[in-house]
Amino acid sequence: MKDLIKKLTEAYGPSGHEEQIRETIRREVEPFADEIRVDALGNLFVLKKGQGGGKRVLLAAHMDEIGLIISYVDEQGFLRFQPIGGVDVMTLVGGRVQFADGAVGVIAPEKRQEFKKEPELSRLYIDIGATGRDEARGRLGQAVAFVRPFADLGGRIVAKALDDRIGCAVLVETLRRLESSPHDLYFLFSVQEEVGLRGARTSAYGLEPEVGIAVDITVAADTPEANKLAMKLGGGPCIKVMDGNMLAHPGVKNLLIETAEAQAIPYQLEVLDHGTTGASAIQLTRSGVPAGCVSIACRYSHTPSEMVDIGDVEHTVRLLLAVLEKPIEL
Amino acid sequence: MLLEELSNAFGPSGCEQEVRVVLARALRDRVDSLQTDALGNLIAFKQGTGPAPRLKVLVDAHTDEVGLMITRIEKNGTLGFRAVGGIDDRLLLAKGVIVGQKRLPGVILAPPVHLTQKEQRQEVIKIDQLVIDIGATSEEEARELVRLGDYAVFDTRFQVLTGEGLRVVKGKAFDDRAGCAVAAALADGEYAVDLYLSFSAQEEVGLRGARVAAFRIEPDVAFALEGTVCDDMPKDQDVSPTTELGKGPALTLMDHSFIADRRLVRLLIETAEAHGLPYQFKQPGIGGTDAGAIHLSKTGVPTAAVSVPCRYIHAPASLLSLNDFDHAVALMKATLQALPEKWENLA
Repeated sequence: MKDLIKKLTEAYGPSGHEEQIRETIRREVEPFADEIRVDALGNLFVLKKGQGGGKRVLLAAHMDEIGLIISYVDEQGFLRFQPIGGVDVMTLVGGRVQFADGAVGVIAPEKRQEFKKEPELSRLYIDIGATGRDEARGRLGQAVAFVRPFADLGGRIVAKALDDRIGCAVLVETLRRLESSPHDLYFLFSVQEEVGLRGARTSAYGLEPEVGIAVDITVAADTPEANKLAMKLGGGPCIKVMDGNMLAHPGVKNLLIETAEAQAIPYQLEVLDHGTTGASAIQLTRSGVPAGCVSIACRYSHTPSEMVDIGDVEHTVRLLLAVLEKPIEL
Repeated sequence: MLLEELSNAFGPSGCEQEVRVVLARALRDRVDSLQTDALGNLIAFKQGTGPAPRLKVLVDAHTDEVGLMITRIEKNGTLGFRAVGGIDDRLLLAKGVIVGQKRLPGVILAPPVHLTQKEQRQEVIKIDQLVIDIGATSEEEARELVRLGDYAVFDTRFQVLTGEGLRVVKGKAFDDRAGCAVAAALADGEYAVDLYLSFSAQEEVGLRGARVAAFRIEPDVAFALEGTVCDDMPKDQDVSPTTELGKGPALTLMDHSFIADRRLVRLLIETAEAHGLPYQFKQPGIGGTDAGAIHLSKTGVPTAAVSVPCRYIHAPASLLSLNDFDHAVALMKATLQALPEKWENLA
């Protein structure tokens, strides 16, 4: 599974620019899908038909990642940029970025000595090694993703875009290992989550699911002087109770808890004071959808080096498999 | 000129009737149907000439402008107000306005320079401390003329500034009467696609009209037309202007409300280049448009935004170049004509 995670996290795909990551995922799921579809906004739907008598279940992970978009090319060929999604400006300086065509740039600040605190984004620029505007002109309007190789630390892994390629990896792995399910399972790899849950919203409208479960990352608060939150690496999947924009449907939440306990899968409860996932958009679709979320605790989220525990990932796959293989009564 | 009539019309968010009347008169004989929906969107339909099934294309421009709403009538006959849409408090002082259903002239108060100290003049007077003076001398007199909830807009008449070069014109509400005039001009063309022109209400207060218009129309593809921010004044540093006057219609890549469909952006660029039309990109990450509501309608709609650059929008008077305006019309007509054939390959 680490190979899959490496492949997915190293792929390029800032919000609104998901073609490459979509093709990467499509190749992984193709052998296991009954039907594959891409919609008007670029969401990828993979249907695995049930054996009957079950529900229409939506399993959602987003394939987009945060990034930057080039807003200006100056006379000397340096590029200015705006964020795509919630970028942590402090982690940008000194980092590298990559364009869709593989071209690389480095992020540098003007007048380094003036920054005593976090630099303003407007004082940073990307240097792609161009010698003047003409050479760099074509980059205007293009999006870049961070460049960071996947690193296997043993029990834990580090990569860019684990938010939410780790959710994508969980869905791919669940689809692969699934033996039988009464439910029609729609595995959704959605676009534009980082800029406002946009893909999940239109996808859920079209699918009209009877149950929705998102798989995403959540904040791990087990680092020095972190906020007082309970989630930690290695504690098992985090079953969402609440976040900044939703209260999980109690039926879905209890289904996840009871299944974890019955299967002796470790789990944690997630109460997050900010942020949200595609589940909150799914929940409010049309006349409402019972929705919940399984999160994987993640350190340093929205930076180029996010960290998760591989055991948590494995347990999330097992939890989903156990939930999906039996009838769902909410 | 339709742009002149539209710019002069009184139409803050929720009060777009006068703008609708101007548009309906201009469009009546050039489209197949015209209807006004429950929220005040004026929707014009022009059937395509291509074989069915035809691509359904929505072109949106919003009819409303930023304005003021009367929220209290003072004992001395002056009128307290709030902003409808995004208005910078600093722009209000001493401006002429048109008030209420009787379209009365008025002036927003300003303490004269003779009576203020230097320090006072460096402070911004907040909107809730300002009143409109319509010349009434008592609360009773004012109540005869104005009711709570009445609107006011800036008192600015359309003018031509330069006849040559950039052909600059001045007026209020170019955001988004410029877009309305571009959209209306599209009614002259012949297209293979089914064209829905939505002149949408209440954009400035949250993209409200476009949201329900898109839900009803269910377009396959959509374009939002705008009069957008232009800040091409000289700067100390070599950094990005949002857009520049006279450099052609501005294509949005990403703003706070949406990320443009890159296939449509590509089509717009190819079309501009094929027809020798100038174009520019709007600096990403600034503002929002009806595209934000339209692209999330139902199962999602590939959407792009094309804007006429306007200096000083959301202010009493803005400027635009009629060259940019004409190029926006030409680009949109050519894009709509190219769309049915190209979309197959793009999609």
